[in-house]
Amino acid sequence: MTENTRTSLIEKVLAWSTFLAVFVALYLVLVYAPTEKTMGDVQRIFYFHVASAWVGMMAFGVVFVASIAYLLTRRTNWDTYAYTSAEIGVVFTTIVLLTGPIWAKPIWNAWWTWDSRLTTTLILWFLYLAYGKVRSAIGEEEKKARLAAVFGILAFVVVPINFFAIRWWRTMHPGALVTSKGIGLAPDMMLAFFASLFAFSLLYCYFMMRSVRIERMKAEIRRLKEGLFN
Amino acid sequence: MSFIRKVRILLWKEIRSELQSKEMLSTMIVFSLLVVVVFGFAIDLNKELMSKVLPGIIWITIIFAGIFCLNRSFAAEKQNDCLYGLMLCPLDRSAIYVAKTIMNLLLMVIVEGVTVPLFFIIFNYPGPQQLGLFVIVLLLGTYCFMAVGTFLAALSSATKAGEMLMPIMLIPLIVPVLLSAVIVTKDSFGLVGSGTDLFLKILVVYGVVFTVLPMLLFDYLLEV
Repeated sequence: MTENTRTSLIEKVLAWSTFLAVFVALYLVLVYAPTEKTMGDVQRIFYFHVASAWVGMMAFGVVFVASIAYLLTRRTNWDTYAYTSAEIGVVFTTIVLLTGPIWAKPIWNAWWTWDSRLTTTLILWFLYLAYGKVRSAIGEEEKKARLAAVFGILAFVVVPINFFAIRWWRTMHPGALVTSKGIGLAPDMMLAFFASLFAFSLLYCYFMMRSVRIERMKAEIRRLKEGLFN
Repeated sequence: MSFIRKVRILLWKEIRSELQSKEMLSTMIVFSLLVVVVFGFAIDLNKELMSKVLPGIIWITIIFAGIFCLNRSFAAEKQNDCLYGLMLCPLDRSAIYVAKTIMNLLLMVIVEGVTVPLFFIIFNYPGPQQLGLFVIVLLLGTYCFMAVGTFLAALSSATKAGEMLMPIMLIPLIVPVLLSAVIVTKDSFGLVGSGTDLFLKILVVYGVVFTVLPMLLFDYLLEV
């Protein structure tokens, strides 16, 4: 099997398993999981909200690791990973920032509060929008990859400082559900939660794989074009 | 030549080129005075509310003036390809970063020395209760701001969007600085009870992290 057919096979398997996982997660979240006593149906946002937040954070972690790897090895692959991961991370963080207020309005009676997790997420979102802007402002491929990697490292390092600064400032968000003492969820809800977490993670992997392939094709087209004109 | 001596030479070069034109400093001072006046027009407050708002206004002014200053700091090196000249010098590239940061800090301190007292005069507000703390937080906050800012200025000067890109990168990165500095400033006005030493610590940690990291990464920034 050649490299290409193997990748497309993996991609196909991944696509179908993602489809299946998302479908199962939807069923578990919307039908199977019991309705929360005090919050009612709106609590079901939780499953997608937290899962997207997890994927968003993971995506930015990948940007950080890939940026360091790029600066150390200077291999274009790492830059492609960093870039696509940042792109996907922004999408999922946008979902978090949209679903959050929908959930918060009936429960806290406010769309937005300056809580540590909310605010850190918002700032994170801005940081990776800026990351995209850095990339689009540079023409040369090598320079783009290098400067973006530098900014990708800075942007991730500021996250914990940000989080603690805002946390000490004021906090209102519900505490972490998954703590060292166990998980504060009913078993049925837990199943739905982990199903959606799994589905979203698969979705992330699938998006990653696809956009990495697209980026490689773009690079290939650029290479061919340059070959034509020279 | 030791690192410190290299930095001193570069810093001297910065100071001399600034003294030659005095363009940066005069423009920055005029600009920040204008911001003070604009706030005077825009916000009409009594004394009680003033004490709540003034720390924020002071820091917004510092950030505006700072962005101004930072945008120029590497753009000036683009004339006649001065940046390449600097890169050809037999020294660690991080020395360039340190010298630029110190220069920007010096400029900002001078600007703050003129503008901040003016705030108290224009808004008719008695000086801060704890003057020592106020000065410390001004210096520390400005340092953190300039340490990140100088690095990002170098980054953005290498791009096409340059001056437009700078604030977009800078502002989300300095959120912890702004937050902590405003709280400690409020404390120096005698408004917050306790617990502000935590925020001083955040400023210190931030200052250390964002001095070490840019120094490590600066080599990657200035590659040809």
